[in-house]
Amino acid sequence: MGSSSSSLNNVPDGQQLMQETGFSAAHLLRLYERFKFLDKDNRGHLRSEDFEAVPELSENPIGDRIVGAFFLPGQETVDFSSFVRVLAHFRPTEKNRTRAGAQPDPANSRNRKLKFAFRLYDQDRDGKISRIELLQVLREMLGMQVTEEQLQSIADRAIQEADLDKDDAISFDEFRKSLEKVNIDHKMSIRFLE
Amino acid sequence: MAALWPVPLLISQSLWACLALTLPDGYPEPHNGPPTAGFNYSHVDPSVDLPRALRVFSLDYHHVQAPFEIVLWIMLASLAKLGFHWSGRVPAIVPESCVLIMVGLLVGGVIYGVRHSAPPTLSADAFFLFLLPPIVLDAGYFLPGRLFFENLGTILWYAVLGTLWNVLGIGLSLYGVCLLAPSSLGDISLLHCLLFGSLIAAVDPVAVLSVFQEMHVNEQLHILVFGESLLNDAVTVVLYKLFESFLRLPSVTGLDVLVGGCRVVVVGLGGLFVGLFFGLVAALTSRFTFRAQVIAPLFVFLYSYLSYLTSEMLHFSGIVAIVTCAVTMKQYVEANVSERSNTSIQYFLKMWSSVSETLIFIFLGVSTIQDIHMWSWPFVCSTLLLCLVWRATGVLLLTAVVNKLRRNAVTFRDQFIIAYGGLRGAICFSLVFLIDDFPKKRLFITTTIVVILFTVFVQGMTIKPLVELLDVKRKKRALPTVSEEIHSRLLDHLLSGIEDVVGYWGQHYWKDRFEQFNKKYLRRFLIGEHHQTHSSILRVYQEVERREQQGVEETPPVVDAHSSSRPLLPEEMDSIRRILSRNLQNFNNKQMPAYSRHTLHQDLTTDKTRKPLHRHQSLTERCTYHTITYCPQRADGEFSKSCRGRARLSRSHTVCSASPRWSERPDSLVPAALNHTQPSYPGPAEEEQDSPQRRTQIERATKKQLSFILENEKPL
Repeated sequence: MGSSSSSLNNVPDGQQLMQETGFSAAHLLRLYERFKFLDKDNRGHLRSEDFEAVPELSENPIGDRIVGAFFLPGQETVDFSSFVRVLAHFRPTEKNRTRAGAQPDPANSRNRKLKFAFRLYDQDRDGKISRIELLQVLREMLGMQVTEEQLQSIADRAIQEADLDKDDAISFDEFRKSLEKVNIDHKMSIRFLE
Repeated sequence: MAALWPVPLLISQSLWACLALTLPDGYPEPHNGPPTAGFNYSHVDPSVDLPRALRVFSLDYHHVQAPFEIVLWIMLASLAKLGFHWSGRVPAIVPESCVLIMVGLLVGGVIYGVRHSAPPTLSADAFFLFLLPPIVLDAGYFLPGRLFFENLGTILWYAVLGTLWNVLGIGLSLYGVCLLAPSSLGDISLLHCLLFGSLIAAVDPVAVLSVFQEMHVNEQLHILVFGESLLNDAVTVVLYKLFESFLRLPSVTGLDVLVGGCRVVVVGLGGLFVGLFFGLVAALTSRFTFRAQVIAPLFVFLYSYLSYLTSEMLHFSGIVAIVTCAVTMKQYVEANVSERSNTSIQYFLKMWSSVSETLIFIFLGVSTIQDIHMWSWPFVCSTLLLCLVWRATGVLLLTAVVNKLRRNAVTFRDQFIIAYGGLRGAICFSLVFLIDDFPKKRLFITTTIVVILFTVFVQGMTIKPLVELLDVKRKKRALPTVSEEIHSRLLDHLLSGIEDVVGYWGQHYWKDRFEQFNKKYLRRFLIGEHHQTHSSILRVYQEVERREQQGVEETPPVVDAHSSSRPLLPEEMDSIRRILSRNLQNFNNKQMPAYSRHTLHQDLTTDKTRKPLHRHQSLTERCTYHTITYCPQRADGEFSKSCRGRARLSRSHTVCSASPRWSERPDSLVPAALNHTQPSYPGPAEEEQDSPQRRTQIERATKKQLSFILENEKPL
């Protein structure tokens, strides 16, 4: 477990990333190892083909959305800092401890986690999950099991439950409200990234 | 209502008084010998005096003695239970187990007073072979599977290590106490103390269930305590038998201890495999029961009981076996058998376990009235104290370690409840009777009874106020909404994906792997073909719809009187979640041709479900109409009013991908959704009366693609 700062120097922007994301040096190093592993051609950045090479990810129904979430809009590659910043959303939320110099709204706060999930739905980034977007996600997740009409009904139901301002789309606040009973920290945290 | 409470008790007391007067000596065990000489006219012994004249009325008790007495006991138990529930404020204060023990004490006292000899006691065989299996089977069948497996590590941690800690701690400390009071307790050896420790340390699932059921704590806490009480049976039984055999050996070597350690593992795993085997066989059998549906429930019970008996025969842990069997076969059996059979299974399970539990507690009370008590203040008090102390320290230490590895930490309040909720029950009681006789056995029996009574009464009664005091997180009982379910599953997939990216084998990995294995092989093998798509995502949706139509937020529980039954709501939720997860994981997987064969167009519609059919269809229709003919300037007052009235239904104005085949019927434009939850809009309702009929004609004439699976989950 090399947590000495000397090996951290190999990591680009190591110190700054540590500050920004709250990862420890050991974790950052581990993530860098993983990044280099995924980056088979040693380019220093990842492309979508590198992500698709992960076998389980291609079987995941929303795999392409997850991969897409790593890429900033308009970008074709993911460098290490973006990689880490995305993964920072999945750190468990620390409850009482505040780190010195912690960001005011750290990446792993509940709000930011929910925003990340929201963006998985809202591909066109208009701030709302429209019916079509919801249908697309449902289609991906349910696949061949369900007919089109059933999908429509389910999407209707979901929107009906969540939509409070009756604009037939789910805004981020409505999304957050509909998930208020769900333990997001539990569902969106990878324990060992603490 | 409080006035009615004594009535069933009075009835049962009078029943018992008659019984006590007529009982011959000895307990009417279920396997009692055949009744002694019956005065049947069929075998007339010439040496016996024949009756001089025919009798109009005669009493032949001995002919029916054994079953009669068994039925009377069960009747007493059930009447007491009834009385308990009618007794006004008592259930709020005193848990059912306490009341039953008190009834048992009363009955035992009556019998003792009448016959001046000890009342019948609970025989260990009757307990282990007949009374315990139904309870454990019921517990295993309704175990919340997902929650259990998510917390399995922690549960095993508490069950195995915690029990070991308690046994060794109590045993050794008691030996210390015996050494300190050599005058009265000097002849209790270390092995005896350890043996006693092993049987007194075990937390009893029966007692735990009965108390925890009445207070609704959050699911995680419930499953931790309950799972621990189930699984520590393996450890307890092994240690008990180990120390017992050590007592019979002339000397104990280190090798024996090592062998003993291996036996724990063997016992646990053996029970597991026996249970798995029988569970899979039961699932397979249930696949073929559709031609004789009436006996399908019987297989569930037979196979479970068989697994219990088999593992007891092999000296494995019967409880682990039966729980594993139930957990294994449940999903396949539920998919294979009809709804009514499912309901029957659940009802019978609840009924039997209820009767069993009641009988156990009553017998505990009755058996307390004994001749053979031996009292010793230091021993008894120190045992009580040590039980509490060791359990508390054990829980604290173990939790401190396990919290580092868990996502949801076990809070201090939860720990308190776990420690304080460690009730002892009938298992200890039966085990203590099975000890080989030695001078101080009576002391052990007395102490065990005192500990059981103390834990059940004191801890059982005070745990609820303490819980309220500590404000343990209450289990939320609301049904998760459809959007919650969808988003939760999305998050599950997301987390799984991220874990793959990061290269971490989280708990999702094993769950996903198991689900894939389950789908590919197990389900295809164990579930009959016509039931393969029995579970459908629509169930969630229509379950919610159906409940709305019924106007209730929760379905009424199937059984309510039994204290260890849960209202079915959490179970339904679990099954819904399971169904949803099962389906939401079945992504477009081309490797499974079986699924392409089974579409969702099964024709299972009934009359009851026609209304939702209307509603769904009209939803899609409205969407089509909105795209084609919706015109905000339409001056049709009813239309706009109905639009407002249907604020909760689809208001989609976007292009639906619904088939354009309705474009040829622009005249049936009126949105005719039957809005069951808003009956206050009579205007639209009038319009709807004729259009549904027209609609059904249209619909029936058109494609079958519109038929949903409309089975109701629980046709109550």
